[in-house]
Amino acid sequence: MKVLEATRINQAVQVRRVRAADIPHVIALDTRVTRIAKAEYWNDIFSRYGRQRSRERFFLIAESRPNRSAPEFLGFTIGEIRAWEFGSAPCGWVFALSVEPKMRLHGIGSALLKAISGEFRKAGVGKMRTMVARDGDLPLLFFRSEGMIAGPYIQLEKDID
Amino acid sequence: MRLQVSTRLAIFAVLELTAREGRQLSVAEIGEKYGVSSHHLAKVMHVLGRAGLVRSIRGAGGGYQFVGNARRTTLLDVARLFEDLSSGEQGTGSGDATHEEQTLSGILNEIDNTARATLGSITIATMRKLVDRRSARDDQHLKTGVTRRSNSQRL
Repeated sequence: MKVLEATRINQAVQVRRVRAADIPHVIALDTRVTRIAKAEYWNDIFSRYGRQRSRERFFLIAESRPNRSAPEFLGFTIGEIRAWEFGSAPCGWVFALSVEPKMRLHGIGSALLKAISGEFRKAGVGKMRTMVARDGDLPLLFFRSEGMIAGPYIQLEKDID
Repeated sequence: MRLQVSTRLAIFAVLELTAREGRQLSVAEIGEKYGVSSHHLAKVMHVLGRAGLVRSIRGAGGGYQFVGNARRTTLLDVARLFEDLSSGEQGTGSGDATHEEQTLSGILNEIDNTARATLGSITIATMRKLVDRRSARDDQHLKTGVTRRSNSQRL
């Protein structure tokens, strides 16, 4: 597996590509946060986003500084470059970002977003998007604080009869 | 969407007070910038004080100070102190007797829900950052000789 050069955001956190050994931590964190265990989903995501098409798919892990004996898993983000969906020119989509609850408000989410936006930029796209539930207060506040604003698309849905 | 004058004033006042940590300003100082009377602003500050967002400091050099959590207080939190932004129930208003009226109410609720979610997603700290960024950009434009667009927005 190709491992990116570690991106040091500050002295405490580094962001790197995911490894197979990280997936149990991803599953555990997601289960604690969402209260829904979905190991099969995360294993599938790892095989698709951690092992394939690494120039346009980014599954990144934040951990404590590497010179400590046992790096601590702090959070993760996943995104990819999508082209011409809904008529949109190629742009980066962030579809998952999660930080260990007890480690929030320490800049870890910002470090992850900065790292993935750097990957998008290196891949040649200048726009990044995500989607947040209207009542998802924490993610909304986070992405807003990172400068994200409402985009030009409106999400629509309907119940299927 | 339009916000009431008191709501806009409250947001501006809180932004002024959070421009620097521990900043104290009198109602006259804030009122002068936004062209409103101290009397009107004092009423707004009283409501903010009751909500625990500001406190008044008496004596010479006194004024108001922000004492809330700027990273957790949203524009919606401030707006709700001054106006009713609760979500309406679709088609249950007394004027919604017909299916046409109920359907229109549903569409307007959709708009209101989006507006509420937007106000609820922006904290005072985030808006402060947006203001500072805009201010820095304007300063940069001034330095590089670009004509500054006049701010015609008024309360």
